[in-house]
Parts: sequence; C-alpha cells; structure tokens
Amino acid sequence: MAIEKEKLIDMYRVMVRIRTFEDRVFKEFAAGNIPGFVHLYAGEEAIAAGACANLRPDDYITSTHRGHGHLIAKGGKTDRMMAELYGKKTGYNRGKGGSMHIAEVDIGILGADAIVAAGIPIAGGAALSAQMRGTDQVTLCFFGDGATNTTRFHEGVNLASIWKLPIVYVIENNVYAETTPVSYAMNIPNIADRAVAYGIPGKTVDGNDVLAVHEVVGEALARARKGEGPTLVECKTCRYYGHYEGDTQTYRTKQEFEECRKRDPIPRFRKKLIKMGVLTEKDADKINQEMLEELDKAVKFAEESPFPEPRETLEDVYT
Amino acid sequence: MLKGVKVKEITYLQAITEAVDEEMARDPTVFLMGEDIRQWGAPLGEFKGLFEKYGGERVRDTAISETAMLGAAAGAAATGMRPIVHIMFSEFLGVCMSDIRCVLTKTRYMTGAKTKFPATIMSYSGAGVSAAGEHSTCPYGYMMAIPGLKIVVPSTPYDAKGLIKSAIREDNPVQVLYHQKLISDRLTGEVPEEEYTIPIGKADIKREGSDVTVVAIGLMVHRALSAAAKLQEKGISIEVVDPRTLAPLDKQAIIDSVKKTGRLVIMDEEPKTESASSEISAIVAEEALDFLDAPIKRVCAPDTPIPFSPVLEKAWMPDEEDLLKAVNEIV
Amino acid sequence: MAIEKEKLLDMYRTMVRIRIFEEKIAEDFAAGKIPGFVHLSAGQEANPTGVCANLRIDDIITSTHRGHGHVIAKAGNQYSLAPMVAELYGRKTGVNKGKAGSQHLSDMDIGVLVAEGIQGTALTLAAGAALTAKLRGTDQVVVSFIGDGTLNTGRFHEGMNMASAWKLPLICYCENNVWAESTNIYDVTNLTNITDRAVAFNIPGVSVDGNDVLAVYKVAAEAVARARKGEGPTFIEGKTCRRFGHFQGDTHLYRSQEEKDECMKRDPIPRFRKRLIEMKVLTEKEADKIQQEVQEEMDKAVKFALESPFPDPEEVLTDVYA
Repeated sequence: MAIEKEKLIDMYRVMVRIRTFEDRVFKEFAAGNIPGFVHLYAGEEAIAAGACANLRPDDYITSTHRGHGHLIAKGGKTDRMMAELYGKKTGYNRGKGGSMHIAEVDIGILGADAIVAAGIPIAGGAALSAQMRGTDQVTLCFFGDGATNTTRFHEGVNLASIWKLPIVYVIENNVYAETTPVSYAMNIPNIADRAVAYGIPGKTVDGNDVLAVHEVVGEALARARKGEGPTLVECKTCRYYGHYEGDTQTYRTKQEFEECRKRDPIPRFRKKLIKMGVLTEKDADKINQEMLEELDKAVKFAEESPFPEPRETLEDVYT
Repeated sequence: MLKGVKVKEITYLQAITEAVDEEMARDPTVFLMGEDIRQWGAPLGEFKGLFEKYGGERVRDTAISETAMLGAAAGAAATGMRPIVHIMFSEFLGVCMSDIRCVLTKTRYMTGAKTKFPATIMSYSGAGVSAAGEHSTCPYGYMMAIPGLKIVVPSTPYDAKGLIKSAIREDNPVQVLYHQKLISDRLTGEVPEEEYTIPIGKADIKREGSDVTVVAIGLMVHRALSAAAKLQEKGISIEVVDPRTLAPLDKQAIIDSVKKTGRLVIMDEEPKTESASSEISAIVAEEALDFLDAPIKRVCAPDTPIPFSPVLEKAWMPDEEDLLKAVNEIV
Repeated sequence: MAIEKEKLLDMYRTMVRIRIFEEKIAEDFAAGKIPGFVHLSAGQEANPTGVCANLRIDDIITSTHRGHGHVIAKAGNQYSLAPMVAELYGRKTGVNKGKAGSQHLSDMDIGVLVAEGIQGTALTLAAGAALTAKLRGTDQVVVSFIGDGTLNTGRFHEGMNMASAWKLPLICYCENNVWAESTNIYDVTNLTNITDRAVAFNIPGVSVDGNDVLAVYKVAAEAVARARKGEGPTFIEGKTCRRFGHFQGDTHLYRSQEEKDECMKRDPIPRFRKRLIEMKVLTEKEADKIQQEVQEEMDKAVKFALESPFPDPEEVLTDVYA
C-alpha cells in the first residue's frame, strides 16, 4: 500500500507531538504544576498515530485513562489539552475533567474514560448511531490489555458482532495492566484470539511499527465502513513510563525496560522515512524543534490561563 | 480512650495495613484479592508487604474483573473462607453493584439462613486529591440502602485499625470505606500496642459539647473538629459525633447527643440528595423532633459530579467555612 | 467406560424424579397453588443427572432460575423431595423456610451453593467456591450450571477468565436449550459452535448431546477428573431443549411447532429407558415400578407441603445478618 509522502510526514509529526507532549507533562507533573494523576502514552505513539491516520474528521474514537496520544492523533490541540491538565478554564473541558476525562465531540473524540473498558460499549453506541443514521462513519475504540478481561469487553464485542457494527477495537497490549502482567491475569498467548469467541476477525500486529498498525487497522476500518462488522486488532507494545506518574515500576525488570526503550517507535520510523527519502535529518530535526516550541507555547497558554470560577462547580450538570 | 495502655503513633495507612496483616496472621481463612495487590500492595500501598509475607495464594492479584472478584468473594465466603476484596475506588463498586446488592447481601436471607457471607470489601472514597469525577466518590447514602450490608467509615488510625479488624471477623459482608485524602495527608494518631478491636455499630463522640451536635463522617470529622475549636473561642460548644459505622447506624448515640444540645448539623461529603445526611436527618426528625430547638442543617456537597480542577473541587467539598456558616444560622 | 448397574438405575430414577416433580409443579402452578413464578427443566433432565452422577456430596454446584433438576440430581435419590416442594409452596418447612421459592433453592448440606435469578452471578460465585477448594487443598470440584443466555454476560467472561488464569477446579456446564427466554441464542451470538468461547480462555470446550445421559456422564467424568487433578476448568455445552416455556404461563409462540415436536421426540427419559432395557439393566416392569414409586413419593411431598404451616410474619425480620 503506497502512502503519500504528506501523510507519512504527518504521521511522524503526530508521533513526535505526542512524545513531546508526554515528556513535557512528565516534567511539569514532577515539578508539581499538574494536579491529580496522569498516565503517559510515551512508547505507544505508533498505535494512535498509525490507526488514526486512517480516520476522517467525522469518524469517532473512544479513549482511555492513558489517552493523551489518542486525542492528539485525532486532532486534539496541545494547548487546550495542557490547559485541561492544569485545571484551567481554557481546557477542553473547562477544568472539570482533567487528564483522564478529556472529550471533544466536535472532532470525534467521544471521551477518555477512567473506568477501564467503559469506552467499549460507548463505541458500540456511536457505531450503532452511524449504522442507524446510514452514514459510513466508523468508530475506533482504543483500550488496554487489562480491559479485555472485563464484562464490558465481552458484552460490548458480542453486541458489535451480532449487529455488525462499524467498529475497530484496538487493544494496546503493553504487557501490564497497571502492575499485573498479562500472563498472570489471563491464560492466553495472543489476546486477538479472543475474537474467535465472537466470530469476528482478530489480528496481532507490532504496535511499535507505525506502518504495520496503519495497514492492519486500515483494512479493518475499510471492512467496517463496508458494513462487514467489527475487527479486533491487538497491537503489541510497551510503556516508556510507569502506569501513572510516580509509579516506580519495581515490577518490571531492567532488561525488559531497556528492551522497551530499544523498540522506540519514533527513531525507528524516522530512520525508515529517511531511508525512503521522504525526510532528511534536517527535516526531522526541524519537526522536533517545532514540536518543542509548540509545547512551550501550550504550557505558557496553560499557565497564563485563569482557573475556573468556584461558582462554575454548579454549572454543566444538566443542559 | 487510650488511658492506661501502651500506645504507638502510626499513620492511617499503617493502621489499615496492620489490621489486615494481623487478621491474616490470626486466621488462615482470611485472604485478599484485588488489582495491583502484589506489586504495589494496592495503588495507595495499604497492603504493602503482605504478598511477601503470605504469598500469592493468599494475596491474589486479579484481572480487571470487579464482577468476578465480588462473585468469587461471595462464593469463597459461603464455603468457609474470609475473603477481603479490594475494589479500588468507590465508583468501581458500581461495576459490580448487582453482585453486592443481590448475591452478597440477599442470599443469606433468601435461603432462610442456609448460608453466611463473611466477606470484607475495601475501597477508597473521597475527594480532595484532584482525582476527578470517577475516583473521588463517597458512596455512603446509596450503600446504606442495601439491607444485609454493614458499612464502616474510619476517620482516624485508631478507628481504621479497630474497625477493619472487626470487619474481617464479622460474619456478614462489610464494606470498608477509607478516605484517600487521609492517606495522602499522612494522618497520624495513637493506637494501642496491644491488640484491640472496635465494635461495629458504635458511634464515637470525637469531642464533647453542649450547644450543637455535629454529626460528621470520614474526612469531615477533622473539618468539624477544627471548626469546633474555632467556635469554642466564640463561646459555642460543639459536640462532634462520628458514627464510624453507617450501617447499622448507632441511632441512639446521635439522638442522645441531640437531646443534650437541641441542635443538629450533619456534615457529609456527598451530594446532598439521598446522602447519609438524608437518612440521619430523617431519623432525628422521626424520633427526636421534640428535642430540637432549631431546624436540622446539612453541610453537604452540591448535587453535581465531582470536578477536577483544584479550584472547583475545593468549592465542591464541604469545609470548615460551610460548617461555621451553618452553625451560626442556628445558634 | 463401564458404569455399574446400580448407578445406571440411580440415574434413571433421578431423571424420573425430576420429570415427575416438574410436571406436578406445572399442574399445581396452573391451579394457582404456587405463588410467584416457576421455570421448569422438563426435557433437560439428562444434563444435571449425567453431571451430578460424577460428583461427591462434598462437591459443590451452583444453579439457575431453572434449578429444580440441579438440586434433585445433586442431592441424590435418598434426599426427600418434600422440603423442596414445601419451599415452592412458601411454607415454613421449606428448605429455605419459605424465603427463597423456586428461583433460589439452595442447601449447602448437599453442596448446592446457590441458585441465582440474575444470569451469571452464580458462575463467579462458583469460581469463589473453587478458589476455596484450591486454597484449602481439598480435591473438591465445583460445577456451575448456566443457560445459553448467560454466555453473553460479562460474568461468564470474567468468571471463566479468572478460573482459567488461576487453574480453578471449576466446570462450567451450559445447558443450551437455544432459547434465552424468548430470544434465540444464535440471534444474539455470532457463532455456530458456542464451545468456541473456550478459545478465549485457552481451556477445553466440549459439546455433547444433552439429551443422552450417558454421553453427558462421560464428558463430565473427564472434566471432573481434570479439575480434581488441578488441571483447571472445562467448558461443556449440553445441547438440549425444554418441554415447557421459559416460565409457566409462557405460551412460547416464538418457537415453531416443528421445533417443539422435535423436542418432544428427543425426550431423554424414554430414550434412556429403552437403552437400559436393551442393556438388560431394567425390565419394562421395573421401569414402571420406578415411575409408580416416584409418583407416590411426589404425592406425599405435596401433601407434606400443603399440610405445613406458612412462616410466621415475624420471620420477615430474621436471617438478614448471621
């Protein structure tokens, strides 16, 4: 599958934007500038970037507690996201949601959700809506390996299968459900095999290879758009940081951690693009620089934005 | 309370750990399951060290399967074990609510006492750490509406240790709701060196007074105590009653205090509607109305979800100022 | 696998006891003598009978809303039907003092942990009981009977995942009678073989003719042996059908006449009777005698129930807490 040069560069830019965002959040959180808790997506950028590059603006995504990458890949603006993380009035959700609850329906982001797997039935509802309205919109539903052991996964995927809903489920298998290794919580080597239980296709792909993700998710999305029903795509990946910021990750071995860092999807894609002649070293450095500047501006925007008024606590409960 | 016994100072978190540790050591049928129990001893560390001490059979990491955990706790309890199941944040109780409402708490009754369910559910409750809408709930009111369930809400290290030990020994299902802000604030307090338990169903007068009864729950106990100290300077004497157990509620302790003071304020970190404060108000209105010299006041959170931004969250949570205002309205 | 003659006869009697129990309940319910609602398992007798013939009294089962057959089979033929009937009649002498009724019959003395009206709750409970056996180091096994409708509940997924990850001595036995209330299971499950669900947990999934009691016995025997040896859970599908509606009063018009006729023809009891006679384990006369004995037993049980007092109103407040 040939991908236009512009799109390739765009995917690269999205990945760098996510990484730069997460690195910056890491720093600002450690400095005490961000309240609550945050779960970082660094290391998993290829999945969001590769998968979302297949989407139209009117398609939908549902996200997770580890959602910054999905939102950025779907078109979320880093300044408004950062403002939300800072609890400011100018954030996407006026400071009411924070890191785990960012939603912007206008650009197809139905919401990050802090209850594991809560996005799965929500994605089902969005896909059902598209089906009933007769559009060819699709819904991309991101969740982690831990979510596949929940009630919502089982009930949600079963319904999507019998109703042939236009959904692609993207499992980000980063090997740990918080601290619990996948192998401890489930007795199955490839989570994509769970697709058999619902009579739908299941694919496993290297989640650190952005082009592989793009292709597999792209095929699944094409199938969904044609009304042929859902697909389960398992992307094998790993986390750069801990489950949340502050997690000392004593449950991971040094070796596993180093291997994860070696599998970093960004230098890998950069190298590939340079080899393909799509990008020069200079172009790539420029993108890095632009993203650093974008994030400086985003942090400045967040810092300079006002906090919400205390009275706003009472607003937005009902329409 | 602690006169004449040898005491030590520990944190609220340590009190929780010690309670579970001591009961696991005492009774081999006690075991623990939950998410992130093995590596972290749960996200806030309250079970730290127990995996190393008791091994993976008795300290079990689970998949993210709250309904399976609750159902398995009921099954293990009915067959001779004493499971402790950690349903991390109170809002996650909703995920397995029908297993709590139907299996765990109704089956004994429906089977005409053929079974019993000595299971303990432990969860974080409470706001104040910017954990946003799904990780900050105090589910007191709606859990109180479940017949067959006992609920303890410790506000101090002493209460936490004594009540959790009793909860584990209790032959009925007990929900323990401990406040995450009391953990993150590293609240400390004295506990006896010797083993002790606190009976379930008994309130504690945290401060004696004669002008106004303040019934405060969980974290609110501390806010009530600090407001009471300020009011004392103005010559207003506050009695702070900590129910400690919400089900069965120590109605008598509350009524006795109201009989003495003639005034009641309830401080409860929940949206006001159908909160614990609703039930306490109704009880006092029903059973002690003649002793009231002023309307009952409730200091609760507004009927909204819990906001993230610290500014909004602070506005949402009942605080000392709100309590001072309520007291001033009735004295 | 040779099964002793005594056991074969015992299994036959169990099936007849379940059938006569269910038919009498149908009659008395229609006559307005039984309050609430009842779900009858007539037609499905071979499933609990074949499974429970492999179990010891200290093994544990969990049951469903359609549970009478499970309790009768697990208890064994020496256990009187009277307390069960009294329970359905809401009497003080009922096995659960009139607090359970048809849908929640249970008695740990005979290893019936619960019968649950909420689909799937009993399966996770069964996982907990299996965990107890594992933690205590006994070789007890737990069988959770479920219906096909339960396959699509989250509890099935979470419970089986837990049992598989922890290698619990649990057997999930699905009585697939095709109809989840009025919904055809294949309209709400995109599978031809529901045993494919076992793939999701990496455990054996076996399908068996649930109207052939000896086939059920054999498949269950393997699963029970596996569980006792600590090799983990098994998922079994017994393909069966119900002779009555979902509940008594259900006209089951959602089923075609052809399908209903087919079900009547697949009746597991005459089939087993014929087989036992061919095997020379039973004569026609002996079979008729069993029928007659069970009929009398049931008549006595009903009489006991009718003559039993209702619970005292004060008992509404007892048994909430232990």
